[in-house]
Amino acid sequence: MISRRALQTALRSGVRRPQSAAAVPSVALRTYATFPTTVGEDLLMPTKYGGKYVVTLIPGDGIGIETADAVRTVFKADNVPVEFEQIDVSGLEEGKKNAEMLFKECIASLKRNKVGLKGIVYTPVDRSGHASFNVGLRQELDIYASVVLIKNIPGLQTRHQNVDFCIIRENTEGEYSGLEHQSVPGVVESLKIITRAKSERIARFAFNFAKVNNRKKVTVIHKANIMKLADGLFRSTFQRIAEEYPSLETNDLIVDNASMQAVSKPQQFDVLVMPNLYGGILSNIGAGLVGGPGVVPGCNMGREHAVFEPGCRHVGLDIKGQDRANPTAMLLSGAMMLRHLGLDQHAGRISTAVYKVIKEGKVRTHDMQGTNSTREFTNEVLRKMDESV
Amino acid sequence: MSLLRTASRQLAPSRQPFIRAGAVAAQQPWNRGYATEKKIGGFGGQKQANGKYLVSLIEGDGIGPEISQSIKDIYAAADVPIEWEPVDVNPILKDGKTAIPDAAIESIKRNLVALKGPLATPIGKGHVSLNLTLRRTFNLFANVRPCKSIAGYKTPYDGVDTVLIRENTEGEYSGIEHHVVDGVVQSIKLITRAASERVLRYAFQYAESIGKKKVRVVHKATIMKQSDGLFLDLGLELSKQFPNIQFDSELLDNTCLNIVTDPTPYNDKVLVMPNLYGDILSDMCAGLIGGLGLTPSGNIGDECSIFEAVHGSAPDIQGKALANPTALLFSSIMMLQHMGLNEHAAKIQKAAFDTLAQGKYLTGDLGGKAKTHEYAGAIIDNLK
Repeated sequence: MISRRALQTALRSGVRRPQSAAAVPSVALRTYATFPTTVGEDLLMPTKYGGKYVVTLIPGDGIGIETADAVRTVFKADNVPVEFEQIDVSGLEEGKKNAEMLFKECIASLKRNKVGLKGIVYTPVDRSGHASFNVGLRQELDIYASVVLIKNIPGLQTRHQNVDFCIIRENTEGEYSGLEHQSVPGVVESLKIITRAKSERIARFAFNFAKVNNRKKVTVIHKANIMKLADGLFRSTFQRIAEEYPSLETNDLIVDNASMQAVSKPQQFDVLVMPNLYGGILSNIGAGLVGGPGVVPGCNMGREHAVFEPGCRHVGLDIKGQDRANPTAMLLSGAMMLRHLGLDQHAGRISTAVYKVIKEGKVRTHDMQGTNSTREFTNEVLRKMDESV
Repeated sequence: MSLLRTASRQLAPSRQPFIRAGAVAAQQPWNRGYATEKKIGGFGGQKQANGKYLVSLIEGDGIGPEISQSIKDIYAAADVPIEWEPVDVNPILKDGKTAIPDAAIESIKRNLVALKGPLATPIGKGHVSLNLTLRRTFNLFANVRPCKSIAGYKTPYDGVDTVLIRENTEGEYSGIEHHVVDGVVQSIKLITRAASERVLRYAFQYAESIGKKKVRVVHKATIMKQSDGLFLDLGLELSKQFPNIQFDSELLDNTCLNIVTDPTPYNDKVLVMPNLYGDILSDMCAGLIGGLGLTPSGNIGDECSIFEAVHGSAPDIQGKALANPTALLFSSIMMLQHMGLNEHAAKIQKAAFDTLAQGKYLTGDLGGKAKTHEYAGAIIDNLK
């Protein structure tokens, strides 16, 4: 699992800063130490009120309610000093009137609390429908780095073994810029934006992440042979930043080749960094390799905010309310969040219990070829936590 | 409901060409609407006086000449009524733009069909990709990429039989890019009604021709509401003209996840999608069955069609007889099917599958020790 320290160190890298500030590993781990010094460090800290952290909880649509319930139950059982500020924003038609308001409330809450745990909010395909709240939230809070860990879970049999790689995805621009127009009827342009600043920021994040997590190789995924300017800029920026990290091996891979390699020899990957859309594609391919969207945790990191959410971002409308969903992704995302807050012991207990349940294999949800419900799985996690005390 | 409403509103202006296709076509060739029964992307070539079709052959770079030789040998042994016309497509600069020599263009325009080995495209500045140039020159609008598991070559996935059709002329690969200011680049994804409709229609026709019952559009219209939305709406609209084909759509993310988890539910479908998604997913599907060395590809145009091996030119093993000609061979089989030479296609395909299943003469990339010509020889033996 990613340690809090690792993420934050990686995070610092996104900020341009004097070289001297870099060599301060002893700065209290929880701080975003190197943010421009004019801003007080504590301002950027998640705040504790009455001994508890307040965390924004956005269950989202689909299986969100059930999996968020699982997290709440488990957190409560472990006496985690976290209080949730829950906002039930929905992207579905019926909730629409309220949706914009609630969405704004989400942003305000996250800005206040700095930390959030979220499920996925539904986005309509309909052209007259609203834009994605998920994307809007990421852009608004500038949580620019999506981190998704693709790793086999012991005991969960899949087609590929020894998969262990990490996807770092630029989260705020690229194909998800949201800029589209119809020049004349029947001719539509959709803009992909790549900037040097954001490419540099994500590249630094990836390198630091690799370094702190003892990873050896960072690969940039691109399509610079066709999109020579856009992806070319992304790649050349990566290569320029790479010179500052001589201890790490680097290479580049074209996105179609990367996808092919991912399904045939995924073991070769270590840390992958890429623009927005490719990240969506590869995190889904990756999830397919290790057991599906139900078991892949993830997070989105910005300079000031961190929002934890299942790694491959599926709403799961089809199994909504059936008590069938696998809460693993949400629970592990929650555990990642606890590490981020410095609550390592709670995080450790929870994630260990989840892994134990899966390894034992007696209680499993449908996506893991089991027959158990979300609640049964959660209860089994609770039992495992009790045993370990 | 509102999706349908939007769709019909958006589509209203284009109904005209559907009704008066002929009249409008004269002024607006790009908006022909393909309203008629005419099959698009069909083969209209004629045999020569000697009873053989003339086919342009672009051997390509690197291992191209070796694997092309295998095809020639196998075709000669199988008595296919085809005569090869070698074509050189080494690019020239014409008015400052990368272009293909006129002789090559004339050959392909005359023969209407070509087989092409791998071409080397250097990354970076300079030439526009030659593949891209070919696509533009002949307006090759659809890229067809079937992937079928091969008995004898074990991968983590069994029983794969996917067919992917990719829009090939616009989308993310429109080539329209610019620096807005220093450090800010815009790359334009272009989706047009005309090109989308053409490739979608071809997908429906192709599904009918190979006996698949379902067509599925893969899109990301949640995020790209207008561009992918247009593509999706047109699919929905066109599906009404193909009542025998079931139509549905899937979000790109789900497709990626589901194919990797289990590709077999896709065996009864033809997937059709914009350029970039198609590029990525078709290579990913190739990965399921063992890589680009085993998968064919066809580029269908209004008149001309080019069938090609999509793997690289592998200059490192050039001239060592280590290359695997399977992808080019399978592409040529697609070409035969396109030309209506189905018997020859079936015969060669069976011989090739048998050879691969027997596993005695496999090339190095498949874990065997056979040379390129030994593998081809084994296929020829199996023809008998």
